[in-house]
Amino acid sequence: MLAYVIRRLWQMVPTLLGVVLLVFLLFHYFGSDPSVIMAGQNATPEQIAAIRQQLGLDQPAYVQFWIFLKQIATFDWGRSWATNEAVSSLFRTRMPATMTVMLPILIMDTLIAVPIALGVAYVRGSLTDRTLMVVTTVALSISFLVYVIVGQYVFGFQLGWFPVQGWSDSVATNLSTYVPLPVLLAVMVGVSPQTRLYRSFFLDELGQDYVRTARAKGMREGAVLFKHVLRNAMIPILTNVGLALPGIFVGSFLIEVFFSIPGLGREVLLAVNRSDYPVIQAATVYLAMLTMLINLATDLLYTVVDPRVVLK
Amino acid sequence: MNNASAVQRSEGVWRIAWRRFRGDRVGMISLVVVCGFLLLIAAAASGIVAKDWQRERAVPNAPPGFMGPAAAEAASVIEGPKGPPVDLSDIDPLAPRYKEWAERAAKLHTTEEAKALTLPLGADHFGRDVLAKAIKGTQVSVFVGVLAALLATVIGTLLGALAGFFGKRVGDFLEWLYNVFTAVPDILLIFAFAAVMGRGVSTVVLILALTGWTGLYRQVRAEFIKHSSREYVRAAEAIGASSGSRMFRHILPNVSHVILVRMSLLVVGFIKSEVILSYLGLGVPVDQVSWGTMLAEAQSELILGHWWQLATATVFMATFVTAFSLMADAWRDALDPKLRGAE
Repeated sequence: MLAYVIRRLWQMVPTLLGVVLLVFLLFHYFGSDPSVIMAGQNATPEQIAAIRQQLGLDQPAYVQFWIFLKQIATFDWGRSWATNEAVSSLFRTRMPATMTVMLPILIMDTLIAVPIALGVAYVRGSLTDRTLMVVTTVALSISFLVYVIVGQYVFGFQLGWFPVQGWSDSVATNLSTYVPLPVLLAVMVGVSPQTRLYRSFFLDELGQDYVRTARAKGMREGAVLFKHVLRNAMIPILTNVGLALPGIFVGSFLIEVFFSIPGLGREVLLAVNRSDYPVIQAATVYLAMLTMLINLATDLLYTVVDPRVVLK
Repeated sequence: MNNASAVQRSEGVWRIAWRRFRGDRVGMISLVVVCGFLLLIAAAASGIVAKDWQRERAVPNAPPGFMGPAAAEAASVIEGPKGPPVDLSDIDPLAPRYKEWAERAAKLHTTEEAKALTLPLGADHFGRDVLAKAIKGTQVSVFVGVLAALLATVIGTLLGALAGFFGKRVGDFLEWLYNVFTAVPDILLIFAFAAVMGRGVSTVVLILALTGWTGLYRQVRAEFIKHSSREYVRAAEAIGASSGSRMFRHILPNVSHVILVRMSLLVVGFIKSEVILSYLGLGVPVDQVSWGTMLAEAQSELILGHWWQLATATVFMATFVTAFSLMADAWRDALDPKLRGAE
């Protein structure tokens, strides 16, 4: 187990280097000159030269790449160009808001989609199943944007069930007041694709021989579904949740922008609009690291869910 | 061969697929809908319809025709002054020039365009026809989706073919590239590209293609690995076909159905991404119109009760995307039943 983890961590190094290289090349060769961005419109050539020197842009590319690597390794990205806030503190202060919204979304998505998917997979081909498939197809073809625009208007503005937008310092107030509407809308959007996907997983399992065996020996249907089918379908479901997990750290950009939630997603979008390179670079590199670690954790979880899985 | 005519030719894969597709009623209906949209787009692109979508034809926020004209706004609360105007001409320093100005103004011709009070599907806050905007927006949105999908397909197919066919060093390198691109969450990768590449329609196409090729690459690679050891490819090698010829003249036609299905799924995904990107201000610029920019405008209109632009853009988009996804599903079932369930 430990050997496996170490080997997997070791294998991440080239990929991570690739991500770093990609980000470096992207911003170094395709991005506009940061010193011009920072100096503003009325800068003299001397000012620009001074900023270039301060940022190390007058150094050869390999020196700059080395500085870049050092920044990553020491978690020291300096300060945001736009707000002069330390990039590390930016992450620390924005992350909680993102998690407060995204974690409930992921949990509710899964808890709602799995039972529905199991149910319709069980009655495959019936009117319920076909109706649900049509409904999800149509639901999927409407843009996420429409859901949030209409949802905010109807639930927040017309009915007044929730505040239209807002945020407070207390987690409890956020969870009880400001989070429900974004979560409700995101879950409405997210449940359709999840249900379709999980339904196909369950259909695969329901056609297996062990299901027929279980029925033949007289097991109750409930036991067949929940003890056998659900357990066996856990691996693809787990993979899917694992794939969605990195997303909860960046958050849904759309939701954070729309509901003015001071999370990481909105911060990164602001950084893109302000050409605030350090923030974007840091977000990209660390999220890549996190994604790889989560993938590893998902693989390790397989052994818990399914004892037959051997890691090698 | 003398007895060639006697040998019964087996049916081609495309012909079989078409026969299967024709039997699929949902698939055929969606094909007709998609073709209708394509005709509309061709008409819009060549300027037959929606050419003057930017013209302000109606009063701002004119409602759709079936609702009738909007009720007149309540008259101003402050009453105008009563009695004859006070004569100020002896103390007004500009008084001597009023006549001259009036003469000059009379020489200029202004035409007052009659603004419509209602339009079939209403007007936006500038008084532009929502129907014309939606048609023009369809052209831009579908163009972005299709072109980005084509570009992503070319990248994915080329890299997948190289990785699957040559393997070894080339394969390892491309696998590494794939790992790098999939290690970063999609939306963040799109943002990083958007941050350095600026704004505009061509940029959106490029960004979506550069970040969206990975899934297709993976599948093409798997197909090429499978096919490169098949007998027909070995036979081609034996008669001296070059690597390039074996890859693209022998193997590619045999995996093209997989690519087609994948590409149609990409189109749907990219159209949806364009909408979100345009809303976030990273997509189609404001002097052009797409479903995304229409929805972005609709947010502030809805608060005032002007729902028609939102509804029109949503219906256009939902119809096209539903028809296109159902058509892609039908293609998949017809071309490669094994792919069923792959989203």
